[in-house]
Amino acid sequence: MKKLLNCFSQGRTWIISVPYIWLLLFFFIPFAIVLKISLSESAIAIPPYEDLISYADDVLNIKLNLGNFHFLLQDDLYFLAYLNSLKTAFFATVLCLLVGYPMAYFMARAEASVRNVLLMLVILPSWTSFLIRIYAWIGILKSNGLLNNFLMSIGLIHEPLEILNTNVAVYIGIVYAYLPFMILPLYANLLKMDLSLLEAASDLGCRPWKTFLKVTLPLSKAGIIAGSMLVFIPAVGEFVIPSLLGGANTLMIGKVLWQEFFNNRDWPVASAVAIVMLLLLLVPIALFNRYQAKEAANEAK
Amino acid sequence: MNVATSTATMADSAKRPEQTILQIQQVTKMFGDTKAVNDVSLEIRKGEIFALLGGSGCGKTTLLRMLAGFERPTAGRIILDGQDITALPPYERPINMMFQSYALFPHMSVEQNIAFGLKQDGMTRNQIGDRVAHMLKLVHMSKYARRKPHQLSGGQRQRVALARSLAKHPKLLLLDEPMGALDKKLRTQMQLEVVNIIESVGVTCVMVTHDQEEAMTMAGRLGIMDSGEICQVGSPTEVYEYPNSRLTAEFIGSVNIFEGVVNEQAEDAEELLITSSELECPLELSLNASVSAGMPVAVAVRPEKISVSFERPEQAANWVKGTVSDIAYLGGISTYHVEITGGRRIQCTVANVARSTQDRATWGDEVYLSWDTASGVVLTS
Ligand SMILES: Nc1ncnc2c1ncn2[C@@H]1O[C@H](COP(=O)(O)OP(=O)(O)OP(=O)(O)O)[C@@H](O)[C@H]1O
Ligand SMILES: [Mg+2]
Repeated sequence: MKKLLNCFSQGRTWIISVPYIWLLLFFFIPFAIVLKISLSESAIAIPPYEDLISYADDVLNIKLNLGNFHFLLQDDLYFLAYLNSLKTAFFATVLCLLVGYPMAYFMARAEASVRNVLLMLVILPSWTSFLIRIYAWIGILKSNGLLNNFLMSIGLIHEPLEILNTNVAVYIGIVYAYLPFMILPLYANLLKMDLSLLEAASDLGCRPWKTFLKVTLPLSKAGIIAGSMLVFIPAVGEFVIPSLLGGANTLMIGKVLWQEFFNNRDWPVASAVAIVMLLLLLVPIALFNRYQAKEAANEAK
Repeated sequence: MNVATSTATMADSAKRPEQTILQIQQVTKMFGDTKAVNDVSLEIRKGEIFALLGGSGCGKTTLLRMLAGFERPTAGRIILDGQDITALPPYERPINMMFQSYALFPHMSVEQNIAFGLKQDGMTRNQIGDRVAHMLKLVHMSKYARRKPHQLSGGQRQRVALARSLAKHPKLLLLDEPMGALDKKLRTQMQLEVVNIIESVGVTCVMVTHDQEEAMTMAGRLGIMDSGEICQVGSPTEVYEYPNSRLTAEFIGSVNIFEGVVNEQAEDAEELLITSSELECPLELSLNASVSAGMPVAVAVRPEKISVSFERPEQAANWVKGTVSDIAYLGGISTYHVEITGGRRIQCTVANVARSTQDRATWGDEVYLSWDTASGVVLTS
């Protein structure tokens, strides 16, 4: 009997530990490797960096090279790239919210049969490759692309608009690609909202628009925060979209990282860039977690 | 042919004439093909508590929601205090509603919930503060002003919801199943308390319930609804003692119904004689409905109006012999189920006055059931 119980509790420990093992394997170990590379010195070798630990002539050498981080501070390219990434991600998130909120709202208020169709339409594009969809935007935005040809044919413009290879194209790309991540948590949140609260507000003399501001919006705060995090965090490190749609002067940290890694083959600096980016992202993630914990505590009361 | 008409003199109809505040005129509501409310006309008097009572799906909530403005009537008009409000949106009606689920705003404190409606009226901060404090005191919730709804018990939430719906001093207060979310014990306590609060404020109130006990405890007048129509309107006593149809008789309390045919009778007769195939003797009752000889009618007799005895009653009418087949002892009273010839069972309740059970009829006893002429009521539909 006791043996059985023991077996049981061991099984439980195993199940609980699965996510931790997952984190260890796919987050912590890679992170440690990147951290290690960021502290090493670059070398012309394969792989192109020196080991941290060497052993020669009975001397164990541990060499932690902080020069890569120092280097990031010296060249303001990196600082500007970080800043620009945060800025781009922030405005893209705001745009996603402005576009996504009304969509999520009308989806949640639509009739049940229509609702599922709309939900499918939101999810459907992500069934094709991300890369292909971004390439498709090149075809739409380029100077003799679909958009310009259409606008010229209806006579709205006479010269093609310069959109591709500008920041505008980057915003379009990011908003397009991450919109579902904004819509889905908002939709789930708005769907479970108690509609009698809106009736109560109306009953108490509140006009529809004010009801939205005073009741719907505050009650969907959790959905807004979740959606914004899901857009903001990956958008900061985004590199495919700025590479394909952005111009030469589109400075984003993901692109810089790529260039350091593949063009300059400077793995240690590239790793340092990645580590700093991760640390920057930890701030909003921690804030988000604290908010969620607070909400959960409120709910439990 | 002899037409007998009568006006039952009822205590309540002698009340002082009261001012009508709400008129519901031939209101109909269709949802697709279903008629949720069918041609309802009602007048609600100023300051009264009126209960709409009916079974599930009879259209009570729909009627209430039309008063609040959440549903637009398919036909008919609603007039509040002389103003036609049929087309007004909810936020322009001087009507407030307490929702069944209370619908308190979860992101606001008790205070903010009560102040919500007042803010829409553009009152000053001080006025709002005073009114909120007054409302909190009225419902005995001053201590909880800063709590959020999820930190309150069910009964406390109800008090807040009531305070919120009274805060704007509406002309009409609507209650949708006010006790629906409370457990049984709290329910009886809150029924009286809610009535006290409403009466102290003096607001006119229309409530919806499917619980007849609740309706009779809380309301001054009832409207019995069935499949979208109002079947009878009256005070609890009127509706209980003088049901006008089988439906109301059966919906409110228990009843024994005998089918029969009206006998020929003299012009000036004060009693009506009815022959029922179920009984050996005729039914005799005081006139309370317009009927004509030969007409098939139903007669309702409430269980507590029937007395049980071992001796054959002396009266010529209104009695029947049977055997006790079941007794439900409920403490203060017992309900007897007596089987009469023909297999039909009749219910009667007996107050357990004496402590000893010696003299009471018991299972298998042969007993006589009797009632007097004032007890039976003719049901015309
Ligand atoms: N929004 C709606 N759409 C379609 N049919 C509806 C709608 N609301 C109510 N009905 C129908 O109208 C009828 C009356 O409904 P209502 O909610 O008024 O009943 P009720 O008397 O309040 O019943 P209950 O005691 O169960 O709450 C029902 O047959 C119901 O199915
Ligand atoms: Mg209802």
